[in-house]
Amino acid sequence: MDIENLLSIFMKSVFVENMALAYFLGMCTFIAISKNVKTAIQLGIAVTIILTLTVPANNLMYTYLLKKGALAVGPFGLWYLPSFADVDLSFLGFISYIGLIAALVQVLEMTLDRFFPPLYNALGIFLPLITVNCAILGASLFMEQREYDFTESVVFGFGSGVGWALAIAALAGIREKMKYSDVPPPLRGLGITFITVGLMALAFMSFSGIQL
Amino acid sequence: MAALKPKDVLFGPLVDNNPIALQILGICSALAVTTSLKNALVMSVAVTAVTAFSNLAVSSIREYIPSSIRIIVQMVVIASLVIVVDQLLKAYLFEISKQLSVFVGLIITNCIVMGRAEGFAMKNSAGMSFLDGIGNGLGYSLVLIVVAFFRELFGNGSLFGVEILSLDRNGGWYNPNGLMLLPPSAFFLIGFLIWAIRTYKPQQIEEA
Repeated sequence: MDIENLLSIFMKSVFVENMALAYFLGMCTFIAISKNVKTAIQLGIAVTIILTLTVPANNLMYTYLLKKGALAVGPFGLWYLPSFADVDLSFLGFISYIGLIAALVQVLEMTLDRFFPPLYNALGIFLPLITVNCAILGASLFMEQREYDFTESVVFGFGSGVGWALAIAALAGIREKMKYSDVPPPLRGLGITFITVGLMALAFMSFSGIQL
Repeated sequence: MAALKPKDVLFGPLVDNNPIALQILGICSALAVTTSLKNALVMSVAVTAVTAFSNLAVSSIREYIPSSIRIIVQMVVIASLVIVVDQLLKAYLFEISKQLSVFVGLIITNCIVMGRAEGFAMKNSAGMSFLDGIGNGLGYSLVLIVVAFFRELFGNGSLFGVEILSLDRNGGWYNPNGLMLLPPSAFFLIGFLIWAIRTYKPQQIEEA
C-alpha cells in the first residue's frame, strides 16, 4: 500500500474527475439547492459524510458477497465451500448498493438525531434526499468498475465528496452574486445556471492531466 | 382532480411540461451519454421503458403499499427493472453497454423515474400511469437527442457514426470542434435549449 497511489486517487477524485463537473453526477440537487452558500455547504458536508461511509461499505459487500467466487471463501477465509466457486452475484449489484445506501442514510439520520441534534437540524431535510442523489450511487458503481480495494475506496469516497462539496459551494457563491446582474428573462433561473456550470466545468478542466 | 385525457398525458411532457427543461429532473445522466447519437438513443429507450413499466407496476399495486414504506417499494421495483435493462443491454448491445458504463445503473437514481412513480403513479390508474411514463420518457429523450445531435455533428462531423461534414483529416473542409465532446458543451447546450423553449413559451419564465 503506497501513500502516493492514495494521494493520487484523492487529488483525482477532487479535481480532475470531479463528480459534479466531469461526470454530471448529483446534478438535480446540485442545480436545485445552490441558491445560497450556507445551505450549499451543509449539503456538501452531508454528501461527503455519506460518500465516505457508503463507498467502503459497498466495497466490502462487493468483495465478500457479490464478486465471482466471493461466497466460496468467507471473510478472512472463515470457510471454504468449493461448490460456490462459480457463483457470480454481481448482477445484483444495483439493488444491493441502493439498499445499503438507503439503510445507511436512515441509520445516520437516527444517530445524528440522537447524539448531534444541532447537526441533525442543519442537515435534516437533505439527508433523505441524498439517498436518490446520483453521486452517491455513482461513486459506488465507479468503485466496482475500477476495482478499488478497501483503503482506496475510503479515499475515493471521501475525495469525491470533497470535490462535490467544493463545486456546489462555488456555484452557490456565483449564484448569490448573480442576483444583481441583468439576465435576459428567458434565461433567468435554470438557463443561466446551466451556462455558469458549463463555465465552471471549463475551468476545472484545466486540472486534467495532473499526475502525482 | 379533473379527468385526464390520454393525449395530454402522453404529449404534455414533450414541450409544455418537459421534465428536464422545466422540472430540473434527471439531468444527471442526460449530459454524460450525449457525446454520440447512438448512445443517446439507447439511453432514451432504456429510460422510457423503465419509467413506463415502473409506473405501471407501482400503479397496479398502489392500493397495497403502506405509505410509510412506499419509497423503498418504488426503489425495489425500479432497481429490478434497471437490472433487467442492464442484462438485456449486456446480452445484445455489449459495445454500447460498455460505453454507457455506470450510467445504466444510474437510471435507478434518475429523478424522473422516482418522481413519476411518486407523483403520478401513486394516484392514477395503471393505464394512465403507463402513458404518463412513456410521455415523460419521450420528453427526456427529446432533450437527450437534440443535445446529442449537436454534439456529435459538430464534435465529430458525423451522425450515428456516419460522416456528414467531411473532416479535414480525411481531406474535407470541416475541422471538428473538440470542445463539443467535452463536459462543458453539454451544459451550454442545455442552457441554450432552455433559453429557446422559454422564448417560445414565455409563461415558463422564472420570476427573478
